[in-house]
Amino acid sequence: MNKELLKNTEKQSSNDAMIEITNMHKWFGDFHVLQGIDLTVQKKERIVICGPSGSGKSTLIRCINRLEEHQRGRIIVDGIELTNNIRNIEKIRAEVGMVFQHFNLFPHLTIVENLTLGPIWVRKVPKFEAEEIAMFNLEKVHIAEQAKKYPGQLSGGQQQRVAIARSLCMNPKIMLFDEPTSALDPEMIKEVLDAMIELAQEGMTMIVISHEMGFAKSVAHQVLFMDFGKIVEGNTPEEFFENPQHERTKLFLSQILH
Amino acid sequence: MEESIQRTQTDELKPSVTSVGAIGWARSNLFNGVFNSILTIVTLYLLWEIIPPLFQWAFIDSVWHTTGKACRGIDGACWSIIPTNLRFIIFGFFPYESQWRPLLAMFILFGLLFYSRDRKHWTKYLGYGWIAGLFVMGLLMKGGLFGLTPVESTQWGGLPLTLLLSVFGLTAAYPLGVVLALGRQSKMPGVKWLSVIYIELIRGVPLISLLFMSSIIFPLFLPEGITINKILRAQVAIILFTAAYIAEVVRGGLQGMSRGQYEAAESMGLNYYLTMRLVILPQALKIVIPPTVSILISAFKDTSLVVIIALYDVLKTTQSVLSNPEWMGFSREAYIFVAILYFLGCFSMSNFSRKLEKELSAGEQQ
Repeated sequence: MNKELLKNTEKQSSNDAMIEITNMHKWFGDFHVLQGIDLTVQKKERIVICGPSGSGKSTLIRCINRLEEHQRGRIIVDGIELTNNIRNIEKIRAEVGMVFQHFNLFPHLTIVENLTLGPIWVRKVPKFEAEEIAMFNLEKVHIAEQAKKYPGQLSGGQQQRVAIARSLCMNPKIMLFDEPTSALDPEMIKEVLDAMIELAQEGMTMIVISHEMGFAKSVAHQVLFMDFGKIVEGNTPEEFFENPQHERTKLFLSQILH
Repeated sequence: MEESIQRTQTDELKPSVTSVGAIGWARSNLFNGVFNSILTIVTLYLLWEIIPPLFQWAFIDSVWHTTGKACRGIDGACWSIIPTNLRFIIFGFFPYESQWRPLLAMFILFGLLFYSRDRKHWTKYLGYGWIAGLFVMGLLMKGGLFGLTPVESTQWGGLPLTLLLSVFGLTAAYPLGVVLALGRQSKMPGVKWLSVIYIELIRGVPLISLLFMSSIIFPLFLPEGITINKILRAQVAIILFTAAYIAEVVRGGLQGMSRGQYEAAESMGLNYYLTMRLVILPQALKIVIPPTVSILISAFKDTSLVVIIALYDVLKTTQSVLSNPEWMGFSREAYIFVAILYFLGCFSMSNFSRKLEKELSAGEQQ
């Protein structure tokens, strides 16, 4: 991690940290996919991670809610350390919302059933209350009129907004986005990004893997660049795009910005 | 065909006469090319040769209410064998004067099955209905309470026995099969290997050998004086056998599920049990409805194998009638009757599965 990033995080009080990752490693068989990740995310902080495919950025955020298991180092989410303790894992997963590249809505349930599943079964919220929460969050992503439909009847952009609303229904403290717009047709990207920007304006703590540089510029506090399992550099969006420090970052930016 | 397509384009949006209606249908389905036309003609000739004589035998020359002796002289079918022996075919050795009891039990069963067809009726009250129904059916069959004379299960037979073995066999085998399929996918090595060994062992032997084991070998291991009802042993053998097959079909469905579905459920904080129950199984089981129903249908028919351990199911009671000298030789009529019974059972199962599939996929696809 570079010095400026450290400076950045030192500015804020360290007891406000939502996520603390120290010297975290992960291997897929012999492949050393994450090679010593140090990352602290403050409450209400928004981080965009970019980097070439295979750089480990997806694996990194999937470790935060234990969809992948890290093998060395520590991950502390909202004061709870991720270990093999299954109760802790389920507690953390309920606090951390995740939005996937391919939406992963449940095709056998209607939109509103997709949204109430978590609140009813994990949070033990009564059904009518869960439905109110669902409708509230569907309004938020401007899609309330689709509540009774099935995911297969919606466009990709609509499905991804439903997926965001589904995560919000669990009232998460942190939202993780794993390339939320890369499986979408170009004309649908904006509606999803708009929903994410609105979420950012409400002060949600967010980690977003994305190559949407306009989005990064407008909402991120920090942009991180990952390559070969390491965080190569991280900076405020202005500095990151105007004045990249590393050769690899420059090359990557030149490739995606054309 | 090509000609007619061209014509539809010129004829102001109206399809030509030869491409619609009966003529169009016949052209495109029966006389579509030289080879198909020949096939159609040959088939029509064969049907002409087969159907009228069959019809003559079954309905015109047939007799319905005579004795076996009177039947000998005629050319047609002697359906008399069915009404005359109906009560034995249906109820076997169940005491004659008490045969209303298994009849009533079957009506209760059919009533419950029919009512359960509609998914709107699947509430907890239906569950209570089934529990009460099972209790009443058991009481009717067994007797011994409320002034009903007790009937030993060795006297049970015929259609009630077939229905007992299949309805309970299938309803118990299905959940067991699902559990085995989940066990085979488990990350816990103990559970996984036990499931694998069970499935492979059971699939590796014929049902007949399992039935023999249950009726001959298994009692040898029991301490003296303890006997387990023969029907129950056969029932368990059928359940264990069918479950292994269902497990493999369900496993196929589970493998068809994308990793993303598990991840989405897990990332919400759903535990393993809830993930399976609410997200994975509803989808996986729906995908495998057609192969599952195939297995259930074949299991239903396989219950007839219990004859080899001397249980009198409906096929065996029918055969017994044929060994009566008066009715010897009328096996065609008797077997056609049993075939119709089995067909009704199998056909309603496959019909129900199609209905279920349609209902479950309504709305999901665009």
